[in-house]
This record gives sequence, structure tokens and C-alpha cells, in this order.
Amino acid sequence: MNVRLRIRRQDRPGSAPRWEEFAVPHEAGMNVIYCLMQIQHRPVTAAGGATAPVAWESHCLEEVCGACTMLINGRVRQACSALVDQLDQPIVLEPMSKFPVVRDLMVDRGRMFQDLIRIRGWIPLQGTYDLGPGPRMASTTQEASYVLSTCMTCGCCLEACPNVNDRSTFIGPAAISQVRLFNSHPTGAMNAAERLEALMQPGGISECGNAQNCVEVCPKSIPLTDSIGQMGRDVTLHAFRKLLGS
Amino acid sequence: MVGGGLAGLMATIRLAEAGAEVSLISFVPVKRSHSVCAQGGINGAVNIKGEGDSPDKHFDDTVYGGDFLANQPPVKGMCHAAPGVIYLLDRMGVMFNRTSEGLLDFRRFGGTLYNRTAFAGATTGQQLLYALDEQVRRHEAAGLVKKYEFWECLGPILDGNGDCRGVVALNQIDMSIQAMAGDAVVLCTGGNGIIYGRSTLSTTCTGTAVSAAYQMGAVYANGEFIQVHPTAIPGADKLRLMSESARGEGGRVWVPKKQGDDRAPRSIPEAERWYFLEDKYPKYGNLVPRDIATREIFDICVNQRKGVGGQRAVYLDLTHLPRATLDRKLGGILEIYEKFVGVDPHEEPMKVFPGVHYTMGGIWVDYDQMTSIPGLFAAGECEYQYHGANRLGANSLLSCIYGGQVAAASMIRFAAGSAKRPAGRPAGTAAEVTRWTELQDRIARMDGPENPFQLWRELGEMMTDNVTVVRDNRQLKTTYDCLGDLMQRWYRIGMTDRGGWSNQTSVFTRQLWNMLELARVITLGALMRDESRGAHYKPEFPERDDARFLKTTMARWKKDGPQISYEPVDTSLIPPRKRVYTQA
Repeated sequence: MNVRLRIRRQDRPGSAPRWEEFAVPHEAGMNVIYCLMQIQHRPVTAAGGATAPVAWESHCLEEVCGACTMLINGRVRQACSALVDQLDQPIVLEPMSKFPVVRDLMVDRGRMFQDLIRIRGWIPLQGTYDLGPGPRMASTTQEASYVLSTCMTCGCCLEACPNVNDRSTFIGPAAISQVRLFNSHPTGAMNAAERLEALMQPGGISECGNAQNCVEVCPKSIPLTDSIGQMGRDVTLHAFRKLLGS
Repeated sequence: MVGGGLAGLMATIRLAEAGAEVSLISFVPVKRSHSVCAQGGINGAVNIKGEGDSPDKHFDDTVYGGDFLANQPPVKGMCHAAPGVIYLLDRMGVMFNRTSEGLLDFRRFGGTLYNRTAFAGATTGQQLLYALDEQVRRHEAAGLVKKYEFWECLGPILDGNGDCRGVVALNQIDMSIQAMAGDAVVLCTGGNGIIYGRSTLSTTCTGTAVSAAYQMGAVYANGEFIQVHPTAIPGADKLRLMSESARGEGGRVWVPKKQGDDRAPRSIPEAERWYFLEDKYPKYGNLVPRDIATREIFDICVNQRKGVGGQRAVYLDLTHLPRATLDRKLGGILEIYEKFVGVDPHEEPMKVFPGVHYTMGGIWVDYDQMTSIPGLFAAGECEYQYHGANRLGANSLLSCIYGGQVAAASMIRFAAGSAKRPAGRPAGTAAEVTRWTELQDRIARMDGPENPFQLWRELGEMMTDNVTVVRDNRQLKTTYDCLGDLMQRWYRIGMTDRGGWSNQTSVFTRQLWNMLELARVITLGALMRDESRGAHYKPEFPERDDARFLKTTMARWKKDGPQISYEPVDTSLIPPRKRVYTQA
């Protein structure tokens, strides 16, 4: 038995996309990554024509690094945890549409890392020499923040968000949720205002249209809409305070 | 800086703090580095539970666990620095689990009797990597760090004195090759488990950059010491870890008594199941130490061919335990199994098999983390220094961060000491760029019948069969010869991708050669070490032989295969004693 795949190919940025179909032997428990590996072994289309192996990005294959994110049957997700037996065939693979295509299923998500600079996503450490333990933290705070800190910068939430598009500079849900993470840390809170300011800039939190798609597609079940709601309130409060000069 | 995992990022931060400009080369965006796969935690004797733990006890556990093969002074340094490393990570904002007082919580791990392991849920490695990534991003914003992501280090550039003065690097997107100069270079490139085909490692962990340095004269140490974890989840694409806690909560390991029995596991009656660990080790049962469990499972599947359905798999069965107990104590790891295998482990036994997990050996470094090539440093899993013949759980994250710190300080000292060098690129830089460009062009034109991914599959299966858990000199010799055959076949590869843009096949083909070179080091080291120590087990020589082999294996590259010699181990702090875990 063969697994049928339909893959959107593109040789390089700017070149015309095309579709190719493949058939690879079925194996128990195989995932989409393994289908792509089989194509590397035998880069031949279903019609029998030789072609180049499909290019894709992947690394950990355990859904903790975020690299292998793509559209699978129209839904954005990681290819490593997409099991063939749970998918309709032909399995349709496409690169994410909200990022520039590099080749085939590889896209350039560099903007997401730049956005983490934009929101100043770090604890402003004085230095890495030994200054003893960090601040105490309640278990409840840790548990709430831990979920936020599992964000892999995979891009699913940006892909699903209608307000992230060619005509907008919206920073997207992931970075907003990271502001919440750093602002809830006892040391990070000392610079909370800087991060809120970043969310008040063009492309900031006001461009969220409340479609709530982000939280549906997040592979780590991060409460992204809660984060956006809370940061929205914090930004409003911060703006009022500024207006009142306090 | 070559590599952006924990070791690389820690060294980058320390270099930037010292005012150095850092070029950070990484296969993947650094936030996606393999360090994310570490789950359990990071060790440090903070003694939070009043057990009388101390850095010296941590030191003793680490040396003993490594079967006395590690030089002791750097291990002592690491264990004494460990509490400070954990506090530093805490200050960076790592979401470590907390006690009721809001202090860091610590848990038990293998090879120790103390609660010494700080943890952040079940994704400690990911959380640590993210914290360091954030600090590096801060230095990036300040202009001290420039990242070269989707780039690869092809090899070091050596000057007329044999000193490392930079690297030749490949942009894996546009395939351009260029030289990058540096006052000092550090490799933080991780382990080499991809040599074994499928392992618990990430796809880039081929050891390629270390192999390139080895082929240019750097000494490679203790290559034969590879850690195999007893219970990984076999997958067609990779092996994923299944935590020891599944057995701790009562999980039982078994195979059908009848070879090739293809009935569904729950329809096989109790009397027709073989609980082989419980049979052979009535006292410890399924909780025998990792190396023993690994050897037994390997023997059942590979030698006796009694794996489930003829495959390399045994059952790890939790179905006899109450669902509520499983969800409360093992929820997270059972979800991973269900997600990747698509089978509910509450209802059906899990299929597991040992998986190559960690590279104890690596590029040789001195106590300042400098390799045998002056100016070329190394830290993290790619070097050999801290774990001897076997690594204890939760020591790897620690050795990455500590090694990165030591390397950065040494690099600053080294660069200051070589300030009198003439400015500019050393002679020979252009020749190195030409050499690598010609190799890439040659690979692009290859038109033989072999497929590089098929050769890799064969390499992985052969190495897994013969150079992992149980080692036999005859098989090792055959394997070593077959590696030579694979190298011959490498020349007959045909390039299936002729494109000049993001050509992953060309990149892989070059790395495959480097894997073959390291596979030789691993195999020859194993062949020549006629004893059993830590992860290296030879039934013909079942005992540790300190008289002959309390020595570091040193491999030097020669065209026809590695030249092996031995260096004494510094055991000046803890006298070697027999390693026995059967009595606690």
C-alpha cells in the first residue's frame, strides 16, 4: 500500500510554484517527516518522473523545536507529530503562507525572532557572574508562566491569524504572549513599561481583530487570547498613566 | 562560535560580556537547537532538602558513574560551580518548579541518592536554552553578536604555525562559501548520534564540524563511549525517549514467548508472555540499572530475534495499572507516546527499544577547553571531558553551561595573548575556501548509482547492530572493514538534486563522509579496548581492566584510518574503586 502526497514545490524565492504528486510505501506509525525522508531516498514522482528531493526544515522531530511547521491538509502544524494514518489522502503539503518561501516547504521566519528583539524579550541581567539565587516565586506564578515559556516560535498562530497579512505589520500573538511572560517575572516586571510601549507602536496589540484563531492552532495550548486580553488591559492602563503624567 | 545550543549560547554571552564581537554560526535558528530535547533537569548540590548533599558528593557520583574514565579536576570544578550555574539560570528567568516557599525544587535522578536535580516541567532543556537565547538576543540587539543561522562550519582555517584563525563556512540557503576570521574559534556542535541512523538526537547531530577538525589534526578522545538509553519509542524517522519513571511506577517489560507471534498484545495470555527482566533479575526486576536493561533488551531483539513481531521492539506495559494513577503520575510522557505513536498506552502496551542517546567521547580538550589545535576550543557534548565512560542523567545540561563558561574565559585569555599577530587573514585562507568550494562542486557533479540517504541508512543499521550495547571483536573488525567499503561507495554517489539553492542533498553528502570518518574512530576505539567499562561492554572481556585501560583513547586522523594511542587518566582526587549498583 502506498501513501499518496501532493506537495507544493518552489525552487527558490520568487520562482513559480508547482504541484507534484508522490507515492511512498506505507509503514506502520509513519509521520509526514518520514514520507519526506522516503522521497529523499527515491526522488521520483507518482507519475514516474525523476525530480529533486523535497526541501523542508526540521530538527528535533519531537515537537519541541518548532522547525517543521507547515500546512498539512490546509491546517498549520508540525510535520513530526502529523501521523499519516490520521490524515486524509492525498496528504497535501504546502509551505506556510505568511512567511517568504525559501524553497519548497521551507520558509523564512526570521521576522519572529526580530519581533522578540522589538518587545525586549529578556530579563535585563546585570551580568552572568554569581549573584546568588533569583527572586522567590509562588508555584502558582511559575505554573502560569511555564506554559507561556513553552512557545517554540513555530509561527502557527501567525499563520492562522487573519490580521497577519501582506497589508499589515501586526506583530502577532506569539510576541504579545512573550510580553506577558516577561512582565509577570519579578525582575522582568521592572521593565514592564518598555515592553508595553513596544506593543503600543504601529503593528502592536491594537491590530488584533479578536478572531481567536491563534489559540485554536497553538500546538502547546498556550492561552494566547488570555495573553492578548491581559496585555490589552495593561497597555490601556499604561497609556492612562502616561496621560496623567504618573 | 560554531553551534548555538546551551554551550554555544553560554560561551557567546560570556564573550559578549567581555566586550568581544561574536559571529555565531548555526545550522538552525539557535532557539531550535538540540538542547531543547533534554527533559529531566540539571544537577547541582544545593542541598535544599536537608539531606547533607554537597558538591563533593556530586563530584564522587559523577566520577563513579563514569567508571573513573574522566580526568577528575575539571569534573570537580564543574560540580562545585553547579549551584551557581542553577542560580544564574534562575536569575535569567527560567521557570523552574518551586517549593511551597517559592524556592527552587529539586528531584531525584539516576546514579545518586540525593534530590539534586532542578527542573522546569518536563522540558528543562528547552527552558534553559530559551533563557540563554533571550540573553544572547539582548547582546545581538546591542550589536556585539551577529548570528549566521542556516550556516555551517566546513572546517577550521589554520595558519603557518598550525593555529586556528577562523573557519570556512557555508550558507546553506544560497550555498555560498566564505572565510570567517576569528581570534579564537569554539566548537559547540553537540553529539554525533546521527551516525547510528535513528537515535534520540536531532537531525543535525552528525558530528560533522568536529569530524572536519579531526581530519585537520585535532585529536578525538574516547570515541567508543556512546550512551544507549534502554527505553526509547521506535519511530520510522527517529527514536524518542520514554522516561525511566514508567518502570518506576510499575511498568513491566515483556515479549511474546513465541518468535514472530503477531497477535495483538492484549490477546496474548499471561502464560505466553516472557517477562525477561523479571525472570533474570528477580530482585530488581524491571528496575535494573540502565546499562543492564539496555543490554538485555538488545540481546532479545538483535541476537535472539524475539522482538515484538520480529521488530526491534519490546513491550513496556502499563495497562494493568489504574488509569487514574497513570494520569496523575505519568500523564505527560503518556501523552507524548500517544501523540507520536497514535496508540493509547492506557489501553495497549508501549513498544520500546534502546536508543543511542548521548556521545560521551568527543574532541579532545585540555582543562581550558582548548583542543589540540591552538586557538580552537570546544564545549558541550562535542567534547569528551566530563562524563568518562557513562554520563549520569541531568549532568549534560550542566556540563554544557559550565564548559561554555570555561571556554569563553580561555578564549579571551588566548586572544589577549596572541594580540601581537599580524592583522588580517592568515596566508592559506583563500586556498581553504577554494578547497571547500571544489569539494562542493565535485559533489554537485557526482553521477554514480548510489543514494547518500541509502548509504546513511546502511551505516546506521550496521553501527547500531555492532557498535552499541554488546560489542564483539569479530563483529567490530567486520564493521570496521565494511566502513571502508561504504567509503568506497561514497565516491559512487549520484546527486539527485542539481539545484544551486538550499541543496540539502549536497550538504548531507558532504556530512556523510564526515560521519564515516567518525564511525571509524568509534569502531576502532571499541575494537582496541579489550575490557568492559561504563557503556562499553564486551562479553569476551567482562571486567574493567584498570591496569591496561584506565586510559583516554586518543585518535589522530590518518588517511587509511585513525591512529589510536592512549593517555593516562588523572585520578588524583578519588582513587578508582569497583563500580557496583546492585547493593545500594
